[in-house]
Amino acid sequence: MSKRKVKDVHLPIGECINQVHQILRERFCHQRLPDKPEGVEAQHKHLVELLKRTAVHGESNSALIIGPRGAGKTMLLKCVLKELLEEKEVQKNLLQVNLNGLLQTDDRIALKEITRQLQLENVVGDKVFGSFAENLSFLLEALKKGDRSSSRPVLFVLDEFDLFAHHKNQTLLYNLFDVSQSAQAPIAVVGTTCRLDVLELLEKRVKSRFSHRQIHLLSSLTFAQYLERVRTQLSLPTDFPDSKFAQEWNAGIESLCEDKSVQDVLQRHFNSSKDFCSLHMLLMLCLSRVSVAKPTIKPADLQEASRLCLVDAKANMLHGLSILELCLIIAMKHLNDVYEGEPFNLQMVHNEFKKFLQRKSNSMYNFEQPVVMKAFEHLQQLELIRPVDCSSAKNQREYQLMRLMLDHSQIMEALQKYPQCPTDVKQWAMSAFA
Amino acid sequence: MTGLLQHPGYEEERLQRAAEQLPSREVQAGMLLSLMGQPQHYCYPSVFIYGHRASGKSHVVNILMKELELPHATVSCVECVSVALLFEQVLLSFFGCEAASLLPRSPSLSDFVRIYRQYSSWSPAKQTRYIVMEKAELLRDSDANLLPALLRLQELVEDNITVILLSEIVWDQFRPNSGCFEPLLLHFPDYSKGELQQILSQDRNPSYSAEFYSSYINILLGVFYSVCRDLRELRHLAALNFSKFCEPLAAGKVKETDTHKLWKNIEPHLKKAMQTVYLREVSSLQWEQMQQTEDETGALRGLSAHTHVELPYYSKYLLIAAYLASYNPARTDKRFFLKHHGKIRKTNFLKKNEKTSNHLLGPKPFPLDRLLAIFYSVVDSRVAPTASIFSQISSLVTLQLLVQVSHDDQLDAPKYKCAVSLDFICAISRTVNFDIVKYLYDFL
Repeated sequence: MSKRKVKDVHLPIGECINQVHQILRERFCHQRLPDKPEGVEAQHKHLVELLKRTAVHGESNSALIIGPRGAGKTMLLKCVLKELLEEKEVQKNLLQVNLNGLLQTDDRIALKEITRQLQLENVVGDKVFGSFAENLSFLLEALKKGDRSSSRPVLFVLDEFDLFAHHKNQTLLYNLFDVSQSAQAPIAVVGTTCRLDVLELLEKRVKSRFSHRQIHLLSSLTFAQYLERVRTQLSLPTDFPDSKFAQEWNAGIESLCEDKSVQDVLQRHFNSSKDFCSLHMLLMLCLSRVSVAKPTIKPADLQEASRLCLVDAKANMLHGLSILELCLIIAMKHLNDVYEGEPFNLQMVHNEFKKFLQRKSNSMYNFEQPVVMKAFEHLQQLELIRPVDCSSAKNQREYQLMRLMLDHSQIMEALQKYPQCPTDVKQWAMSAFA
Repeated sequence: MTGLLQHPGYEEERLQRAAEQLPSREVQAGMLLSLMGQPQHYCYPSVFIYGHRASGKSHVVNILMKELELPHATVSCVECVSVALLFEQVLLSFFGCEAASLLPRSPSLSDFVRIYRQYSSWSPAKQTRYIVMEKAELLRDSDANLLPALLRLQELVEDNITVILLSEIVWDQFRPNSGCFEPLLLHFPDYSKGELQQILSQDRNPSYSAEFYSSYINILLGVFYSVCRDLRELRHLAALNFSKFCEPLAAGKVKETDTHKLWKNIEPHLKKAMQTVYLREVSSLQWEQMQQTEDETGALRGLSAHTHVELPYYSKYLLIAAYLASYNPARTDKRFFLKHHGKIRKTNFLKKNEKTSNHLLGPKPFPLDRLLAIFYSVVDSRVAPTASIFSQISSLVTLQLLVQVSHDDQLDAPKYKCAVSLDFICAISRTVNFDIVKYLYDFL
């Protein structure tokens, strides 16, 4: 892209759209780093200074970045690291170890990963040798031998920090924090987590060695800022090859953000969540509708995408049930109403259904018990009903107690949308005490 | 309607070929395609596709992958009983067998990601790689870390990779406690009646006309649609019963256009099929044989008719006693089984409501003493409480006709429950000339 810096290059429309997809998809799906993290300047400054003290002056530190999912914790950390690594001294000095609580599920694996990433002597090629105890003592030895002045600082990044707290005895955390507290090799331990109560998970000895430096990323976003974020996320950068197209595109985004219906849609999303992930999902759905035939984002696209995001999945599933299964659900609803949420079994549901059939003289739905049971089991497979206790082998199937996992309004709404729903079934559902 | 599938990143001809194989799923396929974008573009890290059984989830994904020749690994979570198999399959289909052989004996996710990164750094993805997980609901039962890690695999391996999860269950039931990266949700709606008719009419028998076959499908849907919307099941039923539908035609009794007579011929047959083949009471092979031999359909006894078990004389009475103990309230025992019971007020005795009916609520547990007391009272002759009587009780438990409820004590006061149906116990009591209905409180 940077090769074609010449202005006034006019690309064919297909190529432009291709570029738009490439740039925006990388932003939404691959979480490309922005040039500057927005809205978290104070936290950014704090973290930069902290890590710089470790990297340059050899000071041992520990910190936790805490915030809800999609609040930009990893983004902040990566931005800081990118900025730090631009300095030559740091680049030469700093060693990095990245661990993730999802991958390194116990201390043995984590230790091997650390040894591998630090490229210590007992690594040949990509294999790590030695038992857990040997590995640990070797690693500690290597960290202990170093001192403030001579050895290179190491930065430990622990993603999903709360999962590390579930390891046995928290050995890894204890040792890392211990090294950071005592005069050994300079290390910085930075954890990211979405649990606000993460300090309660730590053992007392681990907690006492942690510096209690917490960086909170709690979003205090207003709707105007949210709108601005949408605009910047969607607009093209200035180094886009075809500047004319980029200008038109950005103008289109500008007018899109001022549209009243779009703002309504965005307001609804803003009210439900303010994080990056859900916003990216929404914008990704909009972007996927951009093609050569339709090279701009229209308000209708955003509305459609929002509808896809906010749709009730259970209502979707109810739409595809057969009439018999729907009747069983209505019978369950009645049982729930009459017996105030007591669990039920197949016999009771079938009995309720039979009562309905007796009142309506037509025998259109007069099914045998095994057919009803098959429908009932299908509902169980879809997890629309769930057994109360899981001792399935002990009870007969027709006497197993179940609970309905739907609420009243969901059922009624599904019934309204059901294609060609018979009127008597509808009326049966309406009458609360049948 | 084949023109709907369009995307600049792929060859026109291939899209055309894919579209032909996806009847009534153009909208979903088009949406999936536009999400996937051009092969070299990034796709959303994880896509969750849900919909009813046989709504074409795997079919659409597989056809797209195959026809457009995208690099993909299709993994069924039923097959992958351990994560090792899953990792092996993914590595095998992306990087060949040497990568798969690098996995240690019981690999962790960390090993998998390490090897994946190693190989993808040698051959970085020119196109988006896809991992398709079928029956993704089983992922919840495996390692707690597996699902969250798969959802953000793109971030973990830093490669252009997308995980597509296919499931029948809605996403709300998947979300782990501490949250995870939310996938893009995509719903595959059920086929409408018209679409089902259209799809089923495609695999017609070439020796008959298209209208004839589609009228057959129409009748079939008329019987089964209210019970079953599963395309695969309907297709199976259509294939099984078609020969019966053609019979009067082959005999020369009716013409192809005589729909009413054909309907009259086939409808009772299909109704019977719902009670037999649809429930797998008789196998499809037996069903076909029955049709060929012009057998009276249903004369063959199905699976559930074989529940009749030959039991010893006292075992039968023990079972009857157990049934009575399970389904009658203990306070009524005196009235039923004692000859000279005291006065029991009739109104109180007969006061019942449906809420407490045991045939609705299921069997109640009873102690061994009560079982034996009822047993001695229903058996006419004198029976000594020998070891064989007691061993027959425990053998009834092993036959799963009785269930032992509390496992705490084997010898001292064990409690049992009777686990047989009313039909079964009626059949048993008929063989010993015992009228059980007279002794059941619910039917008084």
